[in-house]
Amino acid sequence: MKRAILAIAVTALGLSLSAGAFAAGDDVKHPEQRSWSWDGVFGKFDRSQMQRGYQVYKEVCAACHALQYVSFRNLTEIGFSDGQAKALAASYEVDDGPNDDGEMFKRPGRLADPLPKPFANEKAARAANNGAFPPNLSLITKARHDGPNYLYSLMVGYGQPPAGVKLSEGMNYNPYFSGNQIAMAPPLADGAVQYGDNTQATVKQMAEDVTAFLTWAAEPSLEARKRLGFKVMIFLLVMTGLFIAAKQRVWRDLH
Amino acid sequence: MSEMQLKNPMLRWIEYRLPIFSFIDHSVGSQYPAPKNLNYWWNFGSLAGIALVMQIATGIMLAMHYTPHADMAFDSVERIMREVNYGWLLRYFHANGASLFFLVVYIHIFRGLYYGSYKYPRELLWWFGLIIFVLMMATAFMGYVLPWGQMSYWAATVITNLFTAIPWIGVGITEWLWGGFTVGNPTLVRFYSLHYLLPFVIVGAVFLHLWALHQHKSNNPLGIDIKGPQDTIPFHPYYTYKDLVGLGVFLVVLFGFVFYHPNYMGHPDNYIPANPLQTPAHIVPEWYFLPFYAILRAIPSKLGGVIVMAASILVLFLIPWLDTSRVRSTKFRPVYRWFFIFLVIDVVLLGIVGAKPPEGIWILIGRLATLYYFLHFIIFMPFVGWFERPLPIPDSIHQPVLGAAVGAAAAGENKR
Repeated sequence: MKRAILAIAVTALGLSLSAGAFAAGDDVKHPEQRSWSWDGVFGKFDRSQMQRGYQVYKEVCAACHALQYVSFRNLTEIGFSDGQAKALAASYEVDDGPNDDGEMFKRPGRLADPLPKPFANEKAARAANNGAFPPNLSLITKARHDGPNYLYSLMVGYGQPPAGVKLSEGMNYNPYFSGNQIAMAPPLADGAVQYGDNTQATVKQMAEDVTAFLTWAAEPSLEARKRLGFKVMIFLLVMTGLFIAAKQRVWRDLH
Repeated sequence: MSEMQLKNPMLRWIEYRLPIFSFIDHSVGSQYPAPKNLNYWWNFGSLAGIALVMQIATGIMLAMHYTPHADMAFDSVERIMREVNYGWLLRYFHANGASLFFLVVYIHIFRGLYYGSYKYPRELLWWFGLIIFVLMMATAFMGYVLPWGQMSYWAATVITNLFTAIPWIGVGITEWLWGGFTVGNPTLVRFYSLHYLLPFVIVGAVFLHLWALHQHKSNNPLGIDIKGPQDTIPFHPYYTYKDLVGLGVFLVVLFGFVFYHPNYMGHPDNYIPANPLQTPAHIVPEWYFLPFYAILRAIPSKLGGVIVMAASILVLFLIPWLDTSRVRSTKFRPVYRWFFIFLVIDVVLLGIVGAKPPEGIWILIGRLATLYYFLHFIIFMPFVGWFERPLPIPDSIHQPVLGAAVGAAAAGENKR
């Protein structure tokens, strides 16, 4: 009986959780399931991959997409040196002020500055993008189901619409996007960026790299979390073992 | 309270003036007798208490960094995640802690249902438990609104809109709750205030729950009364240590989620800032509300849905009288045992229906499951209690030795 209740409880939890996680249906294609370096208990980001991903973001995505929760100083976390991050920041002009004369002015970016937004506001972004609003990418891999796989699939998933599917004006066919029509034109093409480390800049390579970079951007604490988690779990398992032993000992003289 | 033998003169000095140590000892210590046969399902009460304390502790620290304003709340949560030292740990702890708090409380409730812990003389104990549950739901709902993501905003919109179903005064009440004509900044700020307040109201209700518990002591898997000291063991050290085992397992599960799947029980849409102009494709509550959400949507009229959803909780207040069985523990109820299993399946099914979009076959399944939920309490509980022939009941907790004659006698004796 007890076992039956336990089985029911566990199944209940599992079913209700999975039911919650996969509630959405529609005719959207399920993202390609890939394995990533940050998966699993010991998952880590690949620094050079993230730097390549940053390059893709900077040279391709940043034309339309903001990344406002990431600052230049954060770029040292993906393997850039202080000097490199400073130089990157200084390559942008940012607004500051008012100064002592009450005037706004421009100055070179500093480490403390967030990555600059491509558009001043949502209206400006829509005006420049055929009415569509390119979302802020800071949280994109957490803001979509199966985020990293979805993002990768979306990048590489563009294609010709099947017969019978009529696209609206200015839209592109992408089976992974909700509704299968996306305003964003295929962002990547072979050789769109020139990698410094001789990696071949294929669409798949760039999609993978930018996914790694944006996964870090959405969850910069991931590595610290998994590192600490392992220690905590070991501690808790030992502690629970001691609790079980202590309980047995205390209860031994009862029958 | 009896004198306590304290070796430390400082503690003796305090005890003489404020007998706090003997109070603790009588409440959860060596002077509190508990039935000697409590199984691990009895872990979940103390576990719920610990979960409450953990939620309050992490919540107070999150409140130090959170900004309750419609324009800044989302950013302030991201600031907690990125800039505050171990802020990500605090937030994931608090969010997953809430989920597991509900899991623990649901197990605690079903344990009470299985072993008849709501029956005479523990009706008020059961009521205070239900009041805590309702307060928890309100607190969790308002807490979920605070990050001001898409699901926060739209959950707040859907749930507060339920009040508009009340005839005549519904719209007025709803606007009064909102502090405006829609969910907005005033709503967020008052939800923050109440989200901070209600946990302490829960603490108060927990004290009443424990007070009522101590009056007649814990029920036990046999569901028979304590007949004498040979039936009990001191709470400390026996159950303090037994509860520690449950706590260890609980923490392993909780931190497994926190460190390795922190967003598993959340919804990705809540990482999109609230946008009043764009409704998410499917508005779903957190998993622990799904069965009630399914009941709400099972009724085609808004007012009807609200009434039936409220009734699904209110009916639980009546079960001490709806259950007509002579015995408490379902262990001795061969027929009702099946109904209990069906009820668990039914509630799980309601949870699944709550997660699905309300279309096609899910509407029918949701309605049937809702109907069954009420049938269980209103029809099956009293009728099975009348017609079922319980198995022989052991004589005492101390000697659960079954003899047909003894068992029958005990069954009669147990009738009150």
